[in-house]
Amino acid sequence: MNKPLPNSFRAGPDENGRFGIFGGRFVAETLMPLVLDLETAYEKAKNDPAFHEELQGLHKHYVGRPSPLYFAERITEHVREKAEEGKGAKVYFKRDELNHTGAHKINNVLGQILLARRMGKKRIIAETGAGQHGVATATACARFGLDCVVYMGAVDVERQKPNVFRMKMLGAEVIPVQSGARTLKDAMNEALRDWVTNVANTFYCIGTVAGPHPYPAMVRDFQSIIGNETRVQIQEAEGRLPDSLVACIGGGSNAMGLFHPFLDDASVEIYGVEAGGHGIDVPNGHAASLTGGRPGVLHGNRTYLLMDDDGQILEGHSISAGLDYPGIGPEHSWLHEIGRVKYLNATDKEALNAFQLCSKLEGIIPALEPSHALAKVFELAAQKPRDHLMVMNMCGRGDKDIFTVAEHLGGM
Amino acid sequence: MSTRIDDRFAALRKEGRAALVTFVMAGDPDLATSLDILKGLPRAGADVIEVGMPFTDPMADGPAIQAAGLRALKAGTTLKKTLKLVADFRAGDDATPLVLMGYYNPIYVYGVDAFLRDARAAGVDGLIVVDLPPEEDAELCVPARDAGLNFIRLATPTTDDRRLPKVLQNTSGFVYYVSLTGITGAALADYAGVSQAVARIKRHTGLPIAVGFGVKNAENAAEIARNADGVVVGTALVEALKASLDAEGHAGPSSVSAVTGLVASIAEGVRDARPKRGVLSWLTRLVS
Repeated sequence: MNKPLPNSFRAGPDENGRFGIFGGRFVAETLMPLVLDLETAYEKAKNDPAFHEELQGLHKHYVGRPSPLYFAERITEHVREKAEEGKGAKVYFKRDELNHTGAHKINNVLGQILLARRMGKKRIIAETGAGQHGVATATACARFGLDCVVYMGAVDVERQKPNVFRMKMLGAEVIPVQSGARTLKDAMNEALRDWVTNVANTFYCIGTVAGPHPYPAMVRDFQSIIGNETRVQIQEAEGRLPDSLVACIGGGSNAMGLFHPFLDDASVEIYGVEAGGHGIDVPNGHAASLTGGRPGVLHGNRTYLLMDDDGQILEGHSISAGLDYPGIGPEHSWLHEIGRVKYLNATDKEALNAFQLCSKLEGIIPALEPSHALAKVFELAAQKPRDHLMVMNMCGRGDKDIFTVAEHLGGM
Repeated sequence: MSTRIDDRFAALRKEGRAALVTFVMAGDPDLATSLDILKGLPRAGADVIEVGMPFTDPMADGPAIQAAGLRALKAGTTLKKTLKLVADFRAGDDATPLVLMGYYNPIYVYGVDAFLRDARAAGVDGLIVVDLPPEEDAELCVPARDAGLNFIRLATPTTDDRRLPKVLQNTSGFVYYVSLTGITGAALADYAGVSQAVARIKRHTGLPIAVGFGVKNAENAAEIARNADGVVVGTALVEALKASLDAEGHAGPSSVSAVTGLVASIAEGVRDARPKRGVLSWLTRLVS
């Protein structure tokens, strides 16, 4: 890269919604006025103390925030046993799996639902992959008496049955999407089609840091509570900032939430972990957009995508339905190109191993998504000195995944 | 610099009738059949041809056009082959305007400069790229204009008077008014609303206005052709083609005529929509 580095890594996006060349507003004309309205409404809410006060109240009393920052003592011991003499970082988990609804998704959803209420929208639509964002959206809609329609790929409906049932219990309508590859990208296409059709009364609650501007920045802002709390908590626990951060990435919202408040702290190494599926070398066998893809335009933004030579989008593969997305948030693409964040990947198999180890060593059943991050924590922590502080975002709990894991491990 | 699109709309304006704009997906169900259909369209009464560039994730299209795109991709259609298809059509027809319609990613991956050069060489006259609003004009719209291609923009019921000037700013060829909010293939909105919208857009531009979304037959087409400068029919043609395919999705003996037959019938509706010039002047004399 010959381009000079920016003064701050936290200044984006620009007025056109760009992070470098990434981001933007690549949507049909029908949606443009809605996207512009949303931007105006969000800017207004962002500068209104009453909005933040209401959101903070919900975080505290409804979600159970702040989520703990937990010293993963036995995982730290385990890493040190296997590491060379004097090596083995001290590993902390940011426990966002303890949030109401079991994942970090609720942080963003509550922000967007409060915004929808301010905008007078009565009908909420969402896309979901693993079902965590769908459950969070259905939950917030129940809480505020809003209509909720969740689009979910038919393949994901099948592999995430418990979450489908939860959404229905919460009063949401779950629509299995039969088009295309019938996974998360197709659910997002279908949600966009719904939005194009029902422009007047509908708010599209996007679950990750992707989509047309202002979504990537807005979702990041709502998720930044993860990093902001971590900053305070690690200083309470250790008297200083962490040395490294690790988080898994599908679209990348939990990672961006943890990373963003630390981007300008040069001493903090930052690692994002994509889904390596069957392996990065297996054609269409992984969901690692940054490692195995290249820049393109999909779902309203320019970002790294998995695609063929003709620009047709590939399905990607991951054992985790939440990481099984052929794109990634545009800010991650930018952080990748300027080199501020290092992006790694973990295979299905590595994630399954981490899933089991975490359950046995810490008594925490992680979701398959953060199991990818954890797989790399084992590797990274083993290379670092013992006074190195490493924080991993435990962004979801694994209850939803026990059937998938059982199937892969050959029964209970 | 005028294009085939400008010339065609100017000629039809003189004739006193609306243009019939027909959409087909390139390579649906295969490239050879697609070429035969393209060749048959002008004879059947199509005045402007829109050719869809297939894409895996057509987020503004309904089930019929989504499926057409997937059939085309399954048959091996790429952007390169779509341009070859246009060149093959152009070899036998130098007059009918042809517009490529689709999504940005395949063009972006092809490379904007290379795409514009090859599209122009193949005989493409204009582009409609659904996911490039005016906010992203620097990407393709302005380079296309500089390369001598029309960039046709969609205006929708959500495009209000405040926004219209921005939408029309770099638009050329014609304006494609999407007559309802929604995806392609949805039911048509009320005709009175459409003619009001056409009048509203005409207050902002001298460009021809073509109206699409929801036109199924000669009657629908005639209603729209009374006030608009063009009628776009797409989903109905794609559905007619699909109905002619065999169980494996391959072309049948009637695949070409299924499309051209429907076009011929709709063309009649378009041509009969307004009173003939002679009749009009006779009526005017009678009234005064």
